[in-house]
Amino acid sequence: MAKKVKAAIIGPGNIGMDLMFKLMGSDSIELDTVVGIIPESEGLALAREKGYNASHQGIESILGNKEIKIVFDATGARPHLMHAPLLEKDGKIAVDLTPAAIGPYVVPAVNAGEHIHCNNINMVTCGGQATIPIVAAINKAADVKYAEIVATISSKSAGPGTRQNIDEFTQTTANGLETVGGADKGKAIIILNPAEPPILMRDTIYARVANPDEKAINEAVSEMVATVQQYVPGYRLKVPPIVDGDKVTVMVEVEGAGHYLPKYSGNLDIMTSAAKAVGEKIAQKLINEAEQGVG
Amino acid sequence: MKKFIRIVDSTLRDGMHAVSHQFTPDDMVEIAQGLDQAGIDTIEIGHGDGLAGASFQYGFAAATDEEYLAAVSGVLKNAKLDVLLLPGIGTMKELEMAAKYNVKVARIATHVTEADIGEQHIKLAKELGMEAIGFLMMSHMGTPEKIAEQAKLYESYGADKVYVTDSAGALAPEGVATRIKAAKEAISIPVGHHAHNNLSLAMANTLAAIEAGADMVDGCCKGLGAGAGNAQTEVLVAVLDKLGYETGVDLYKIMDVADDIVVPKMKRPQVIDKNSLSIGYAGVYGSFLLHALRASEKFGVDTRDILIELGRRKTVGGQEDMIVDVAYELSKKQ
Repeated sequence: MAKKVKAAIIGPGNIGMDLMFKLMGSDSIELDTVVGIIPESEGLALAREKGYNASHQGIESILGNKEIKIVFDATGARPHLMHAPLLEKDGKIAVDLTPAAIGPYVVPAVNAGEHIHCNNINMVTCGGQATIPIVAAINKAADVKYAEIVATISSKSAGPGTRQNIDEFTQTTANGLETVGGADKGKAIIILNPAEPPILMRDTIYARVANPDEKAINEAVSEMVATVQQYVPGYRLKVPPIVDGDKVTVMVEVEGAGHYLPKYSGNLDIMTSAAKAVGEKIAQKLINEAEQGVG
Repeated sequence: MKKFIRIVDSTLRDGMHAVSHQFTPDDMVEIAQGLDQAGIDTIEIGHGDGLAGASFQYGFAAATDEEYLAAVSGVLKNAKLDVLLLPGIGTMKELEMAAKYNVKVARIATHVTEADIGEQHIKLAKELGMEAIGFLMMSHMGTPEKIAEQAKLYESYGADKVYVTDSAGALAPEGVATRIKAAKEAISIPVGHHAHNNLSLAMANTLAAIEAGADMVDGCCKGLGAGAGNAQTEVLVAVLDKLGYETGVDLYKIMDVADDIVVPKMKRPQVIDKNSLSIGYAGVYGSFLLHALRASEKFGVDTRDILIELGRRKTVGGQEDMIVDVAYELSKKQ
């Protein structure tokens, strides 16, 4: 059996912990260390309890450890700006779950292959992970001139980072709709809904297209939904494409797997699931290279 | 001395919902000049959903934010120019653009429980030299205690005023008064109220707010606005004058603006019908009205059923896409 590639998670918060639980089931990644900066962190305690190395010494605790090849950064944009050059110098590949966007945007269902050789990969935003695949599918079938998405998430699943930098979400997602989704122009809207019990993440994708071929659009979208479902089982097509002149409307919802976070936080689940999917592609590439004896 | 009540006229912002955001920059110039000459203190303009509101989700406007601002900012002599920004839709980039057009007031609008997503925008408005107002939407969905808590957040970010906004026109006077009082007791900055008329209570609620201590209130000429519209500016001026308040607005002049300038530009009568009444009754965002009418036609379901279901699902402002979602689901069940 092929050896697994060792990885670390920086940031033992909600995202980091959910990712830790997801990586437990990985065939190609072996989580080695969880890194934080607060000694009494609940996340670090949980990581220890689950048998992982846990350090509150920050990124220093993994630098120099050549065994660790892949590092998932689940901190924030500012910390990642500091981490990125250190990880690169240490020969580690960074999968960045923050909005720092140093490396290229990656959405596994769309462009993971293109950027698998980069040493820093950015996961866009939760809204981007949920909607860019649909935009890319419609673009392939009908040429998207303008894409607009509305991501509605439960207030409870929006952490302080998202709340204090809500503009980062709209701008990063809009950029991702263009660079990864293929839209000529992108726009993103985010809405927080405080309803109890908390709502599932839902996203609406609107597109203005050049060739409104309903059949081609329908096929491309359902194929894409199936692709995303391979790594996000709770991803569902809620309203299949409605084609109205040159306007296409699609709605999806995302139910979390409930690994660590509650099921309503599909917005966080899709981020960690996508990060795991990308991490595994990188790990598989490293394993293949090792088997073929290339460096 | 008579107490001064500041009136913010939103004919050119909330009123945009009633015309599907189709006032042209020329329309806005003509109306804004009239409002300015009548003595209106503050004039809010732009897409109904604020800066960057133009979208599939909310409808595209007849012109860009910048075109509207450039047109109107040139003609105002005394009135303060005001913009609305909903974090999640508009960003700081648009606020910086607005600052180039002599915008004096920025209202940062968040759902009644989500003030913290507006912290950066309040702070930026202050840095840009604007008066910054925290605008708590859908206040019927928050208890007076919640409103006190959220008003305090806005005050802590440096807001100059806080609004208790009845976006769904779902409150009765007592509900408005308790919420205004809660905000007044919690913070030391002035408090405002923005009413909607879905239950025919916009004027009564505005008066209840003033009696409870509100320092500023909103109106729209002819009561234009989302749902059944807002408090009617010219009526408000007359009523406040009769009750002994000072507004600084010339009654005849504002009547003329409403009847002679605004009326010819209206696309449909501003009335309470079964659909706008359902908005107030269900407690859903006023701007859902025209979107729900379109969805009703497209999917063959009763507009009222869509609106009531949206209320049951506790939708918030901006969730226009849920209208299609719900209409689609209801049509499948038929």
